Amino acid sequence: MKSNMARSWWWKITALVLLFYTFYEGFLGEIPRMPILNETIRNLYFHVTMWMAMLVLMICNAFYGILYLNKSDLYFDLVADESGRMAMVFGIAGLLTGMVWANYTWGAPWVNDPQLNGTAASLLIYAAYFILRNSIPDDSKRARLAAVYGIFAFVMMIVFIMVLPKMTASLHPGKGGNPGFNKYDLDANMRMVFYPAVIAWTLLGVWMMSLRIRIRKLEWKKEDQ
Amino acid sequence: MNSTLHQYFKLVSHEVRLEFKNYHALTSLLVYSLATIFIAYISYRQSLDPITWNALFWIIMLFAATNAIARSFIQESRGLQLFHYTFLNPAVVILAKTTYNILLLSVLGFINLCAFSLFFSLSIHDWGQFTIGLLLGSFGLSAVLTLVSGIVSKAHNQAALVAILGFPLLFPLLITIIKFSGNAILGVEWAINLPNFNLLIALNSIIVVLSFLLFPYLWRD
Repeated sequence: MKSNMARSWWWKITALVLLFYTFYEGFLGEIPRMPILNETIRNLYFHVTMWMAMLVLMICNAFYGILYLNKSDLYFDLVADESGRMAMVFGIAGLLTGMVWANYTWGAPWVNDPQLNGTAASLLIYAAYFILRNSIPDDSKRARLAAVYGIFAFVMMIVFIMVLPKMTASLHPGKGGNPGFNKYDLDANMRMVFYPAVIAWTLLGVWMMSLRIRIRKLEWKKEDQ
Repeated sequence: MNSTLHQYFKLVSHEVRLEFKNYHALTSLLVYSLATIFIAYISYRQSLDPITWNALFWIIMLFAATNAIARSFIQESRGLQLFHYTFLNPAVVILAKTTYNILLLSVLGFINLCAFSLFFSLSIHDWGQFTIGLLLGSFGLSAVLTLVSGIVSKAHNQAALVAILGFPLLFPLLITIIKFSGNAILGVEWAINLPNFNLLIALNSIIVVLSFLLFPYLWRD
C-alpha cells in the first residue's frame, strides 16, 4: 500500500468496472423469488457487501496499529487513522441501507437484534477511537494511545459481532430458520454478483483512503517547509 | 521470575495500604453506589421483576466500577510514576493494578447486593451461580476499565474519557454477564448456563492477555 500501489491505475479501473457491474446486476439482474424477502434481496449486494468492506478496513486499522507499535513510524498511524475513518463511512452507509431494508422487511427500521446491536457497538467504538485521537495534541503519543485502544477495541468488537450473534437467535435472513442467503441457499447467480461486489466496495474504500492519505502527506510536507 | 512475583505481591499490597491510608476515597465510593441504589429505589418504589432487577444491578455496578477505577492511575504523583517506570516491569504494574481493582470491585459488588436486597425484595434462586457471575463480572469490568484508565491517564487525565472509551468496549461483557446472572436469578440449570459461563471465562482471559501485551506500549513516555 506504499506509494507505488496508490499511484497505479489498474485496481481503480477494476473498482469502477466491478461497481458498475454491481449496480447493473443489483437493479436489473435475475434474483431468486423468496417469501418475505421478495425484491428486497437485492440489498444483499449493497448492505452486506458494504459491511464486508467495513470489516476489511477495520482489520486494516488494527493491523497498522500493530505495525505502528512495532516500528514507531507515523506513516503507519496515518494509514490506521484513515482506514478507521473509512470504516466509519462504510459502517454508516451499511447501517442506513440496512435500516431502509428492515423498514420494508421487518416493518421497523430498528429492532432488537444481535447484529444490529453489534453495528451500534462498533460505530460507538470507532467514535470513541476518534474522540481519543482528538484529545491528544502530541503526534507520537496520539499514535501510540490510539493504536493500543484500536487493537483492544478491534478484538472486543470481533467478539461482539462474530461470537455473540452465534449464541442468540437472529431475525436476519438465513439465521434462526429465516429464509435467506446463507451458504445453503445463496444461489449461484447471486454469488457471481456478491463476491465481485465485496471486492468492489473494498477497493472503493481503499481508493478513498489512499486519496486522503496523499492529501495528509502533502500537508505534512507543507508543514515541514 | 521470583523477583517478578515478589514485585507483583508488593504492588498489590501497596495499593491496598494506599487505599486504607486515605480511606475517604473508599467511603466516597461506597456513598456513591449506595446513593445510586437509593435513587433507583425512590424512582421505582416497588419490587422489581427479575429482569429489571438484574439489568438495574449491573448498570449500577458499571457506573460504580467506572467511578472506582477511573482514578487508579490518576491519583499517583508524577514522582511515584517515575519511580515505577524506572524500577518495575510494566506488565507487572498493570497486572497488580488489575488485581487490586478486581478485589475492590468484588467487595463493592457484594455490598451493592446487600443494599439491593434491603431496598428491593430479591428472589435469587441459585446463589452459587449468581455469586460466580458477580465475581466474573467484577473481574471483566475491572480488567477493561483498568487498561482504559491507563490510556486516559496519558491523555491529559480527562475523567469523562474513561466512560466514553470504556463503555463501548464493555458491551459484549455486559450482555453476557446480564444473561448469565439473569439465568442464575431464575434458577436455570447449570448445563444451560454453561455456554455463557465459558464465554465469560474466554472474554476475561482475552481482556487480561491483551492488557498484559498492550500496556507496556503505553508505558514508555
